[in-house]
Amino acid sequence: MAEFVMPTLGSDMTEGTLVEWKKKVDDRVVKGEIIAEVDTEKAAIEIESFHTGVIEQLLVKPGERVPVGTVMAIIREEGTQTIPAVQAHASTPPSQTVSPKDRVSSPPHAPPPIAAPVIEPGRLRISPAARKLAGELGVDPALVQGTGSGGAITLDDIQHGAQAQRRQRSASPAFTTEAGDRQARMRQTIAAAMARSKREIPHYYLSTTIDMGRAMTWLKEENLKRPVTDRLLYGVLLIKAVALALRHVPELNALWKDNAAFQSPDIHVGVAISIRQGGLVAPAIHNADKRSLGELMSSFQDVVKRARAGTLRGSELSDPTITLTSLGLAHK
Amino acid sequence: MAKITYREAVRAGLREALQSNPRVFLMGEDVGKYGGTYACSKGLLDEFGPERIRDTPLSESTFVGAGIGAALGGMRPIVEVMTVNFILLALDQIVNNAATIRHMSGGQFSIPLIVRMATGAGRQVAAQHSHSLEGWYAHIPGITVLAPATVTDARRMLLAALQEPDPVFIFEHAYLYPLEGELDESALSVDLTHAAVRRTGPDISLITFGGSLWKALEAADQLAQEGISAEVVDLRILRPLDISTVLTSVRKTHRAVVIDEGWRTGSFAAEVSAQIMEGAFYDLDGPVARVCSVEVPIPYPKHLEDAALPQPEKIVQAVHSLMGR
Repeated sequence: MAEFVMPTLGSDMTEGTLVEWKKKVDDRVVKGEIIAEVDTEKAAIEIESFHTGVIEQLLVKPGERVPVGTVMAIIREEGTQTIPAVQAHASTPPSQTVSPKDRVSSPPHAPPPIAAPVIEPGRLRISPAARKLAGELGVDPALVQGTGSGGAITLDDIQHGAQAQRRQRSASPAFTTEAGDRQARMRQTIAAAMARSKREIPHYYLSTTIDMGRAMTWLKEENLKRPVTDRLLYGVLLIKAVALALRHVPELNALWKDNAAFQSPDIHVGVAISIRQGGLVAPAIHNADKRSLGELMSSFQDVVKRARAGTLRGSELSDPTITLTSLGLAHK
Repeated sequence: MAKITYREAVRAGLREALQSNPRVFLMGEDVGKYGGTYACSKGLLDEFGPERIRDTPLSESTFVGAGIGAALGGMRPIVEVMTVNFILLALDQIVNNAATIRHMSGGQFSIPLIVRMATGAGRQVAAQHSHSLEGWYAHIPGITVLAPATVTDARRMLLAALQEPDPVFIFEHAYLYPLEGELDESALSVDLTHAAVRRTGPDISLITFGGSLWKALEAADQLAQEGISAEVVDLRILRPLDISTVLTSVRKTHRAVVIDEGWRTGSFAAEVSAQIMEGAFYDLDGPVARVCSVEVPIPYPKHLEDAALPQPEKIVQAVHSLMGR
């Protein structure tokens, strides 16, 4: 059994409100699939499940406000369904009393039934080698169909699972949800977070002036070559520039977590996005240093759209390794 | 390569042993005038004389004990016991004397004794002459247990065993005596430390010894026709067991079937299976399977005897089931 808990979607979040369950009891949920929508007061966030299985229980009702870490649902992980009794066992006759006479005519010793492996509920029927390979390839064995003896998952199955996973990752998921009206509370939350930040974190400020003339000229020329829908925003240049700069100064690509500095190997640039009717979120654009300007542009448009629709994902809000706030949107 | 029978190979080995060292002598029931129950010592009485080819009374405990005494006295006795069933009468001499005296004398005495015997079923000689008790002997520390399956091993293992300072038990599968095989004439000696891979393949390991080797190879032929390439490992030496050759094979194929003519419960196959689990658990892509004898006294009627023993078809079936076919 796995527990689905109220996640923390930022250091300032202590509780959240369940807006809506995206799954019912007995629905199947796959790891990474949206299971619920949670209102953090900054935004309504779609929350992914960390487990694959079947929803056993939903413990929190929509509208309920619960602290971070509260168990909200129970997921029965895959592979825990009862395996049909193995035939050797089923056919074992009930014990009978045998008269001495019968005993003489019966075969001297019936061969003892061979103990067939019985998988306890909750355990996946998977070979040790397959389990090891799954770990190495990052495949969730619960998502894999077993083809071995008695439906056991074998090395081959994991190999196929890894291929399927790669295919799945290259196809982009689609999502739609509507945003709620939470403007006032969002303002309140931002104010609280900013105040706490100023209070608890030593601040220092550096500034420099950069002549963007060449960049702007380049951007103008580049955009003339592009179809209108593919044109680049000034802000995208800043995202890329920040990401590339971090490669040179990786110490800045760091977080203070659990009383220790944690330097991230990946560069996820959080971009501040203003939400209409007021409000602000800073979702992450993942691996910004490794992506082309065109790719960054479409990611940027995507998060802006979803930030305004209130359909950002939990990981996007908790992932940024640096945050960029840009008045560059004014250049739109 | 020359074709000879397993029986001829054993006899050539005996002759070589007798020629190699004047202190080597052969004794057992009917080994002299009769030429051996399985004709392994035929002609040796004429060649080496009654001092060195000695017929004994029908008392296994006595003549195995006499062999222990002769070994203590500086001789190099080769004791032939007619079959594995009859050696049960000498078990006390083996377990309490032959295997222990080096240990209990603090290394002052050793017993360089060789005991050969026929083992196994498949010849319709019923329940008192068809046992496969190699696994019982492999249980005993202090002795070496050999299971020559090929004519080359039948020919060469005896001389290698004579180099050992401690008791060596050689189990010759009676079904093999009349069968011909290719003698590897280039191999003038064989080692008593390594298992042998008799056929290589990437898909599954068939691990066996003695008479079952040929059934495993036949099963491998059948499997090859359906595209399953089996590796066949001949253990050769049951004690000390060369588990590393087994594990190397299983780490490659990820699947193993152990074939052993002994009864399944407490079989030598059980020991091999346990050691595979201990040494290669995370390389296994399925449980280790065993093909052993059915747990009945080996029947006399041919169809029942065939049904009781490991057969190529049963090995193929075990492989299918392991591979989910």
